[in-house]
Amino acid sequence: MNAPTAPFVGISDPAQGPRSPSAVGHGVSDQFKHNADLALGDAKLQVALAEMRSSFKGRNEAARKGLPEFQALSDHAKAIKQHVLANLDYYLERFEAKVKAAGGQVHWCNDAAEARDKVLAICRSAGARTVTKGKTMVGEEIAINHHLEANGILPVETDLGEYIIQLRGETPSHIIAPAIHVSKEGVADTFRAHHTDLDPARPLSEITAMLAEARGKLRARFLAADVGITGANFLIAETGSSVIVTNEGNGDLTQTLPKIHIVLAGIEKVVPTLEDATAIFRVLARSATGQEMSVYTTVSTGPRRAHDLDGPGEYHVILLDNGRSGVLGTEFEDMLRCIRCGACMDHCPVYHAIGGHAYGSVYPGPIGAVLTPALFGLAHSKDLPNASTLCGRCESVCPMQIPLPKMLRQWRERSFERHLAPARERWGIKAWAWLARHPQIYRGAMALAARLLRRPATGRIRHLPLGGAWTAGRDFPAASGRTFQEQWRRRARP
Amino acid sequence: MQDSPHVALLVTCLVDLMRPEIGFAAVKLLEQAGCRVSVPEAQTCCGQPAYNSGDRADAQAIARQVIAAFEPFDYVVVPSGSCAGMVHAHYPALFADDPAWRPRAEAVAAKTHELVSFLTDQRGVTSVPAHLDAVATYHDSCSGLRELKIREQPRQLLKTVTGLTLKELEGSEACCGFGGTFCVKYGPISDRIVADKTADIAATGADLLLAGDLGCLMNMAGKLTRQGHKIDCRHVAEVLADMTDGPPIGRGQVEPL
Repeated sequence: MNAPTAPFVGISDPAQGPRSPSAVGHGVSDQFKHNADLALGDAKLQVALAEMRSSFKGRNEAARKGLPEFQALSDHAKAIKQHVLANLDYYLERFEAKVKAAGGQVHWCNDAAEARDKVLAICRSAGARTVTKGKTMVGEEIAINHHLEANGILPVETDLGEYIIQLRGETPSHIIAPAIHVSKEGVADTFRAHHTDLDPARPLSEITAMLAEARGKLRARFLAADVGITGANFLIAETGSSVIVTNEGNGDLTQTLPKIHIVLAGIEKVVPTLEDATAIFRVLARSATGQEMSVYTTVSTGPRRAHDLDGPGEYHVILLDNGRSGVLGTEFEDMLRCIRCGACMDHCPVYHAIGGHAYGSVYPGPIGAVLTPALFGLAHSKDLPNASTLCGRCESVCPMQIPLPKMLRQWRERSFERHLAPARERWGIKAWAWLARHPQIYRGAMALAARLLRRPATGRIRHLPLGGAWTAGRDFPAASGRTFQEQWRRRARP
Repeated sequence: MQDSPHVALLVTCLVDLMRPEIGFAAVKLLEQAGCRVSVPEAQTCCGQPAYNSGDRADAQAIARQVIAAFEPFDYVVVPSGSCAGMVHAHYPALFADDPAWRPRAEAVAAKTHELVSFLTDQRGVTSVPAHLDAVATYHDSCSGLRELKIREQPRQLLKTVTGLTLKELEGSEACCGFGGTFCVKYGPISDRIVADKTADIAATGADLLLAGDLGCLMNMAGKLTRQGHKIDCRHVAEVLADMTDGPPIGRGQVEPL
């Protein structure tokens, strides 16, 4: 293949645009509050989030209602994953043997650095200059684009959303809708800024026009690619296959046109059979986008065989651990059932308020808040499990029935034990708990507090000492003046 | 109706401190439903602030106190889905590894109910003798909705309040952003969430907002008054007990002590 010729400003030059530090995996989750403030003050983002709220409204619910056996399927899907997690070594070894039998290779990687180096080594072995990618969250997790760029290889995202954010020098803000934070107008501006070979006066207000433009640009990329990288929704132990679902078909082109296909997958992605994968698909698409099925479902087994008309000459699977095996057998194991549908984000009030980037993690939202501490350490991400109202909507929409609020509390317990929470909060809770454990003193304290918070003529308090976080945007409804306990005793009831 | 069961009212720390009216409304409703009501003196708080902050040891200590204080009664009734959910769903989990306390926690959990669902599901109450001329909307507080499956019960009883029209709230099951300590630890995010909520509330055209949890109500009431809306907020028990003469949450006049 020839070196890329079409103008593709931006991607080959990491210095072109600001790259969020989360592109290298982790480290900015400890700026969560600051990130959240920025997100709340970002008018364009807030418009995009409001649109997202209304567009996702009811979609998941309608898809569930359209399938009366949804609950049974969800139970079945959960049971499959539970079984796999209890026997993970067995299925992974079986998977590896089958991949080898089909002529492919499996690479076990303990952490992100190992996985990055392995990908680079494979690319170098082919003298690769351009790599096309289908969407892969593990690719984000190991920051593979950054690594390839730094080593002179051009990675090109082919999922439309990923393509848009790559041009913008951003990272995904959602696991299935990576560019959900960008408005239609923002996309048009991005295309005008980067597709500089096209007529500057072309109309770009229609989505179809933008789609056609991106398709034209990506076509040349598909043909120029030396290596194709995809993620995997599932790895099939019985056949040694990897399976991806897309709505754009970009995954198929990524994995069939180049000489080498690299699959990036977490070790928890394996399932016993194709039939098992099919069962989980039925809840995946409905929970992700409200579709009955994704448009494309593609199964890859090994490299091209002698009689195949197309397909890659080499097939590599990078199996990434990166903290996952450490979660097995612990109270956090349930999180490994996640099939990356994004339903928890789509229904999370906190995600709705601040978007995905504020989490400073590859995986945002409720599932990100439980995964990130496991994968990247609690010390760097202690805000994430705390920044939840524990409303429980995430768990109620999770097709894999992951008990997200319970796991958020478990992280909070670890955080509390390790004194990671701010001292003021810890002592505040301790003081309240002490009071609560001494009922007589508690009653006196509450009687006093009730008088202090007693209703002024307006019935509300506009500025509360020590309660600025509340009264900055809200009034504090005042107290009636005497506690229930006091009044109840005075009634001298039998 | 069954012979009168002895009900212990877990009044909740917020109701005790901020709005005792709700506690008295609960007592009235329970008595109307043929219950004898006691208020155990040793009660303080259900332990939720400690539990949700990761302070498991203190949450257990408080839970033991609640269990001991409430286990002599036929039922424990709570005018809050959140605190009822804490006892009902989380106490057994807190003592899962404690052979001595686990059965006691489970026994108390099994007889603990949120007020409105207790009236409908345990006492068979189908209507209330209450009157209020208002157009109301109802917010489904998260814990009651998801931990205790309370959805239809308050709507059923509210329909029997003469003069009251109920308008459904768009996204009634979306969180209001209160979340216990969340609202102060992440004030700006909480404020953003409640602003979306009040926009939906205002869009119903209702002049009264009802819910079953005082924390959520204080959050929404605080935002509504700050935004200058003329929408009143009350706990659903106040309306069902026909005790709406006093000022709504976050409004009104000084009362003599």
